Amino acid sequence: MKLSTADVDYVAKLARLDVTDAEKEKFTAQLNDILGYIDKLNELDTTGVAPMTHAIAVTNAFREDRVVESLGTQAAVANAPDPRGEFFRVPKVIE
Amino acid sequence: MDLYSLTIHELQDLLKKGEVSAREIAESVFARVDAVEEKVHSYIRLMKDEALAQAAQADADIKKGEIKPLTGIPVALKDIVCTKGVPTTCGSRILHNFVPPYNATVVEKLSAAGAVFVGKANMDEFAMGSSTETSYFGPTRNPWDLERIPGGSSGGSASAVAADECIASIGSDTGGSIRQPAALCGVVGMKPTYGRVSRFGLIAFASSLDQIGPFTKDVEDCAIMMNALAGYDPKESTSVQADVPDYRQFLGRDIKGWKIGIPKEYFVEGIDPEVAAAVEKAMSVVKACGGEAIDISLPHTQYCLAVYYIIAPAEASSNLARYDGVKYGYRAQGVRDLAEMYKKTRQEGFGAEVKRRIMIGTYALSAGYYDAYYGKASQVRALIRRDFDEAFKRCDVILTPTTPTPAFKLGEKTDDPLQMYLSDIFTISTNLAGIPGMSVPCGFSKAGLPLGVQFLANHFEEGKLLQIASVYEKAAAIEKRRPAL
Repeated sequence: MKLSTADVDYVAKLARLDVTDAEKEKFTAQLNDILGYIDKLNELDTTGVAPMTHAIAVTNAFREDRVVESLGTQAAVANAPDPRGEFFRVPKVIE
Repeated sequence: MDLYSLTIHELQDLLKKGEVSAREIAESVFARVDAVEEKVHSYIRLMKDEALAQAAQADADIKKGEIKPLTGIPVALKDIVCTKGVPTTCGSRILHNFVPPYNATVVEKLSAAGAVFVGKANMDEFAMGSSTETSYFGPTRNPWDLERIPGGSSGGSASAVAADECIASIGSDTGGSIRQPAALCGVVGMKPTYGRVSRFGLIAFASSLDQIGPFTKDVEDCAIMMNALAGYDPKESTSVQADVPDYRQFLGRDIKGWKIGIPKEYFVEGIDPEVAAAVEKAMSVVKACGGEAIDISLPHTQYCLAVYYIIAPAEASSNLARYDGVKYGYRAQGVRDLAEMYKKTRQEGFGAEVKRRIMIGTYALSAGYYDAYYGKASQVRALIRRDFDEAFKRCDVILTPTTPTPAFKLGEKTDDPLQMYLSDIFTISTNLAGIPGMSVPCGFSKAGLPLGVQFLANHFEEGKLLQIASVYEKAAAIEKRRPAL
């Protein structure tokens, strides 16, 4: 086992997931299976191989700095679970 | 003759001759949906009102003598592409109530070509899956055998075409999500080159792999759809400024003297004997058409799945960080503070497979592990791409099975993620290398399940795929069966 339940707990915290104890146990086993399979990559010597980060060579795509029509505040907040005027309302952040 | 059973080019001929109206076509398709949707469940949402209005517009255009390439053609959209004013859920609870304020570029392009939208097709949640079983809205079933899965993640888009619930559809392919369901449902599916089709308005899963493409009933229709979809989009920074040919010009051109690469790594143990036999037969048809089979090697094939299951979840964990219950979508109730709201919203809003992948991705990117996982995977990805570069120096196209087996049963692999992942073993390398790939029907198993053959070509060579696929389709003359629904 590479990952313990405590590791899974820590990763869940990083990922902002409130996983249940039952899920934690299941995920620990399944993530270990998957990571075990992924270990296969260590058979390969990749010294000096440049990592590939995109499927094709892309460089920064700039467009002209021109004002175009935008969404507008109303449309931008229309999907909010709890909008207030032009704002997104959330539960309190600090005590 | 049922209009819903026809292809784009057949319907366009009838429309041009004035023998049918767009309204009649739309009504025929919706009557078919009424008859079979309960069994198949291809759709999350139908767009009948919008479709009938678009059909009326098409008929008005035709009266004025304006017929565009998709005028009056009913098309289904995977529920991962944003439709202005029409809910777009990505198969997830967390977006169950999301109504996009804009259209994806592909939606705009299809509209501009005259298409009529039937509805939003079902899919694995956030396109994570190979069976359409992880949808929050329940599974889609394979029209050829309702006990079996249609493939995934674009299962609804594939089953809708196979069951004649639309004439063509749109899917997205991150590791095989167009080609695998196309093969399992007996339709044509293409994943274009990375950068060929704009992803503006496509809900992101793994940004270095995702690509949009069509499902159609035959190869000619695939060329028609690609004509409508391909092209540069200033709104999408990875879209490529390259000329787009008229894809129809490649149809039926002969392939005499073409070198067809057969990668030995794709014909290994574990592949279903009926799939192997059907692909073998497809190979002999291609040879009879003048293609010359040559043995090639893609030596890093065995590492593709491992690379994919680091890169895709890593990118997904980052892309899906935006779902926090603040700006749109589901928000958990009864929380004390912001941190709890994030955690509960994501816990309640995401299904198990999505959480599993977020966890893998978060772990792979976490402090101390980045080099060992994401760094290593990105290096091996470069080797995989190099394999293809070398192969395409020697051959025009590569021929492989699309999937290792025909469609499996619902529930068969849901408890074993690794087994589920293995069903994409022949499609994943394409996305890692960024090249185009296409699945074409190549027969049926003894049990009557469709099988697919996959063609791969070098970057921006979709024309070659359409060329060989059209020649193969004509010469193979696969029996035109329809699912008994």
